[in-house]
Amino acid sequence: MLKIEGLFKQFGGFVAIDDVSFELLEGEKHAIIGPNGAGKTTFFNLVTGHLLPDRGSVAFQGEDITGRPPHRIVKLGLARSFQRINIYPRMSVFENVQVALIARERQELRFFRLAAGLCGPETNELLELVGLDEEADELAGELAYGKQKQLELAIALAENPRVLLLDEPTAGMSPSETEEAIRLIREIADARGLTLLFTEHDMTVVFGIADRITVLHHGEIIASGAPEAVRSDPVVRQVYLGEEEAANGAA
Amino acid sequence: MTGRMTRPVLAACLTVLVLLALVPLLESNYLIDLFNEIMIYALFALSLNVIIGYSGNVSFGHAAYFAIGGYTMAILLTTYEWPLLPAFAAAVAFSFACSAVVAYFCTRLTDIYFAMLTLAFSMLVWGVAFKWRLMTGGDDGFVGVDVPAFIAERVPFYYFSLVVIATAVAVLWVICHSAFGRALLAVRENPVRAGFVGINTRLMRWWAFVVAGTFAGIAGALFAMVHRGMYTESAFWPESATVLIMTLLGGMYSFFGPAIGAASLFLLERLTNEYTEYWPLVLGTILLAILMFLPEGLAGLAQAVRRQILRGR
Ligand SMILES: Nc1ncnc2c1ncn2[C@@H]1O[C@H](COP(=O)(O)OP(=O)(O)O)[C@@H](O)[C@H]1O
Ligand SMILES: [Mg+2]
Repeated sequence: MLKIEGLFKQFGGFVAIDDVSFELLEGEKHAIIGPNGAGKTTFFNLVTGHLLPDRGSVAFQGEDITGRPPHRIVKLGLARSFQRINIYPRMSVFENVQVALIARERQELRFFRLAAGLCGPETNELLELVGLDEEADELAGELAYGKQKQLELAIALAENPRVLLLDEPTAGMSPSETEEAIRLIREIADARGLTLLFTEHDMTVVFGIADRITVLHHGEIIASGAPEAVRSDPVVRQVYLGEEEAANGAA
Repeated sequence: MTGRMTRPVLAACLTVLVLLALVPLLESNYLIDLFNEIMIYALFALSLNVIIGYSGNVSFGHAAYFAIGGYTMAILLTTYEWPLLPAFAAAVAFSFACSAVVAYFCTRLTDIYFAMLTLAFSMLVWGVAFKWRLMTGGDDGFVGVDVPAFIAERVPFYYFSLVVIATAVAVLWVICHSAFGRALLAVRENPVRAGFVGINTRLMRWWAFVVAGTFAGIAGALFAMVHRGMYTESAFWPESATVLIMTLLGGMYSFFGPAIGAASLFLLERLTNEYTEYWPLVLGTILLAILMFLPEGLAGLAQAVRRQILRGR
């Protein structure tokens, strides 16, 4: 589905992504883990066209998309959500999702087609799916944090993507919200046959969803494979899981 | 900025329209001219708000397109003796074309760079109006526009103006509440996210600029006719600042806000000039008050008051 070769990106002199090659297989739920600052968000930004790589290539379904702007990449069926809330605060919850549908249906240059009610049924369906149907008329900026995160997901889903990139979909959520969000993401991915690539710091989330895990450390991939294999990988234990388990052991 | 025109808003629009239609019954030349000019500035401010309120960019040079529409109209009607309709169509088309070219460059930039570039282009337009004496009359102005006989009298022209402006405002309302308008709001609110749902934000901002410039051209064309002339002041930067203040005073987050701002500021200026020569001082104070206390303008204030009342009930 997604094939990345020799991706390299530096900020000033700091190498954030160091020669990363990676392949996302159709239908899999793939997690990218790694400590804070490992380069996960940067990796997503490179893949989705938000940042230009210094070297390397990104191909989606065999098509080279390196250097294309986000609005063209998303039209191919590659949508994403953001780690930091990224919605339209002064628009209603309904309008937040509706705009994504308007764009998907290529209606954004229809000057004389009134927006009221446009794509209404599908917007409402999506809001219901993520549990925001009761908040449809509220301003998105006034929603509680967890709900904004769900809205973020609904906007990404509205693009009807084949591949969905989720950047820390449960960051900042309470444990119960997290559990609910994981259940939802897994359900939606299965129901829609989505290929999922997500980053996450919460290990229970990762092992709850992922069929494959890639570990990023200082911008480099240090391990990749089935969850059990990654969990028992000595290098991974040392740099990442190990720290956590050591902490658990001490407690 | 919700989708439908709500009943109270529609009722208010129709009431305003009827009241404006009744103005000539007062048989005061002063009032007819006053209201005609207010309507023209209302359209001018509403057009600017497509850039400011809807696309989220600030233009410091919107007078350029008003002036282009006005000069084109004046020159075609008078120098080339074109009939009304072709002259009007050409004036609007030329405003469209000029804003299309300028928008191409301006929308490459954002924020203050965008604003400065719009200012630079408007100074260019002013320079042409000032220097091209043969065509525009230079700093003497273009005096003596030939308005076609059937609307040459004050009252018929007033009604002509009313019909054109009402139609233009209605079309602008539809554009701002269309699928395009909604997507444009998303670009204003969060251009990065808008790009990630598949919206070409630069193209959207280009269109917003062109729509704004075209409708400013309509206002300018009417201005040239009502004044029987066109002057370089209309292209100069203080004119851009005035229409910007009108828009902010009325409220950029409301479709009709800028029209209210235009009427308020215009009336206030007339009133102030009756008593003092210190209009700039008053204007400065108003601007200060908006920035400090009324970031969403008069329309925002009205909304806040209404919310308070509803809550109190
Ligand atoms: N736009 C940027 N400019 C400079 N440095 C950046 C930028 N984006 C990320 N970085 C740096 O790159 C590193 C990786 O960041 P990031 O991709 O956000 O990590 P993660 O998402 O894994 O926590 C961090 O050290 C961060 O400070
Ligand atoms: Mg991150």
